[in-house]
Amino acid sequence: MIELDDVRKSYGAVPVLKGITASVARGEVVCVIGPSGSGKSTLLRCVNGLESYDGGAIRVNGRRVDRADRSIRAVRVQVSMVFQRFNLFPHRTALENVIEGPIFVKGETRAEAEARGRDLLARVGLAGREEARPPQLSGGQQQRVAIARALAMRPDAILFDEPTSALDPELVGEVLGVMRALAEDGMTMLVVTHEIGFAREVADRVLFLDGGVIVEQGPARRVLTEPEHPRTRDFLRRVLNPL
Amino acid sequence: MQGFLADAREFVPILLQGVQLTILITVGSLVVSTLLGLVWAMMRVSGVGLLSGISATFINVIRGIPIIVQLFYIYFVLPDFGVSFTAVQAGIIGLGVAYSAYQAENFRAAIEAIDKGQIEAAQTIGMGWWLTMRRVVLPQAFRAALPPYGNVMIMMLKDSSQASTITVAELALQGKLIASATFKNTSVFTLVALMYLVLSLPLILAVRHFEKRTGRP
Repeated sequence: MIELDDVRKSYGAVPVLKGITASVARGEVVCVIGPSGSGKSTLLRCVNGLESYDGGAIRVNGRRVDRADRSIRAVRVQVSMVFQRFNLFPHRTALENVIEGPIFVKGETRAEAEARGRDLLARVGLAGREEARPPQLSGGQQQRVAIARALAMRPDAILFDEPTSALDPELVGEVLGVMRALAEDGMTMLVVTHEIGFAREVADRVLFLDGGVIVEQGPARRVLTEPEHPRTRDFLRRVLNPL
Repeated sequence: MQGFLADAREFVPILLQGVQLTILITVGSLVVSTLLGLVWAMMRVSGVGLLSGISATFINVIRGIPIIVQLFYIYFVLPDFGVSFTAVQAGIIGLGVAYSAYQAENFRAAIEAIDKGQIEAAQTIGMGWWLTMRRVVLPQAFRAALPPYGNVMIMMLKDSSQASTITVAELALQGKLIASATFKNTSVFTLVALMYLVLSLPLILAVRHFEKRTGRP
């Protein structure tokens, strides 16, 4: 569904992605882990054209991702995104955040969008909070609204950019729980995360990125419990035993 | 004091005619400057080099010429090119254009203060540039722009007196005419000053209200 073929990108003279080749099949959950500055978020942001890439190709459902082309809007509807900092629209209620895209981008009627929006908010455990504005919600609740907003576009896949990194520790679980339920429903997901436990439990495959290259990739349990590459081992040791 | 009250009874009705014109010029140029200012600001943030260049040049030219000279230009020079306006029209257009530069800078600052994550979130649900502006950026920028907007309204009210230089008999000019006819400078200009103050008071209160509201999280 998502294919990356030798993707390269530099910020000026500094290369961030040095030839990434990977793919995400329909219904698959792929987690991207790696140290900060390894290019994980940049890679994710290239997939839906929030950033441009310099070389190689990214394809979504066979269509090339080109952020300068009008087709990027269709790609973004197919591949939705959830941000580290939620990025909810603060001037709109939870429900309005969710129905904004369906109404104004997809042209659904308000009644139809609202009915589905309420269902989606209930699905992420926020029934009854439809009229709340983002500042009145906890970080975990805001992130779940953001997931509902992504789902409202009926995407083929969702990109998650460190979705729990900005949350208080006790709120991480509620967001990961929603994501696990999504995975079990068969949603295609590409997740940049530091939650190794989530990757081990939920992901089909894990990519370990370091210095702009994929150092190791494979089935989640194998990579996370018996990493082959010393850099993967070193990274996991530091993440799992910070002291 | 007795004399002042008697003068007030005599002059206020005449001055109120000036007040009407003052309000007309202020409201008219407020509308013109707001619409034009929005256009300049949108051009400025459009990301299209040519548009933002035109807008930046225009804003700097307008800012660099005194309002009074712009008014003279519109009222006295444009007729030579076959474009003539009444004094009130010229006043509204001149002040409106002059202030559009300041409005544009306020609007631009408010737009650029919007978190980049908001724009990315809008793009991520498939919104194009215009939809992102209309549904996400402008509604939020509007709130940020309100306090400076209120200040511009107060300045415009006072600067509407510059239209007197092109024969618009608004409040300041009415005052000057009465004063030079009666020599009652103290009474007349005290009344004029009080009237401007009364007119700007609601605006000052509005600004304070806006500032309180935007100060809230």
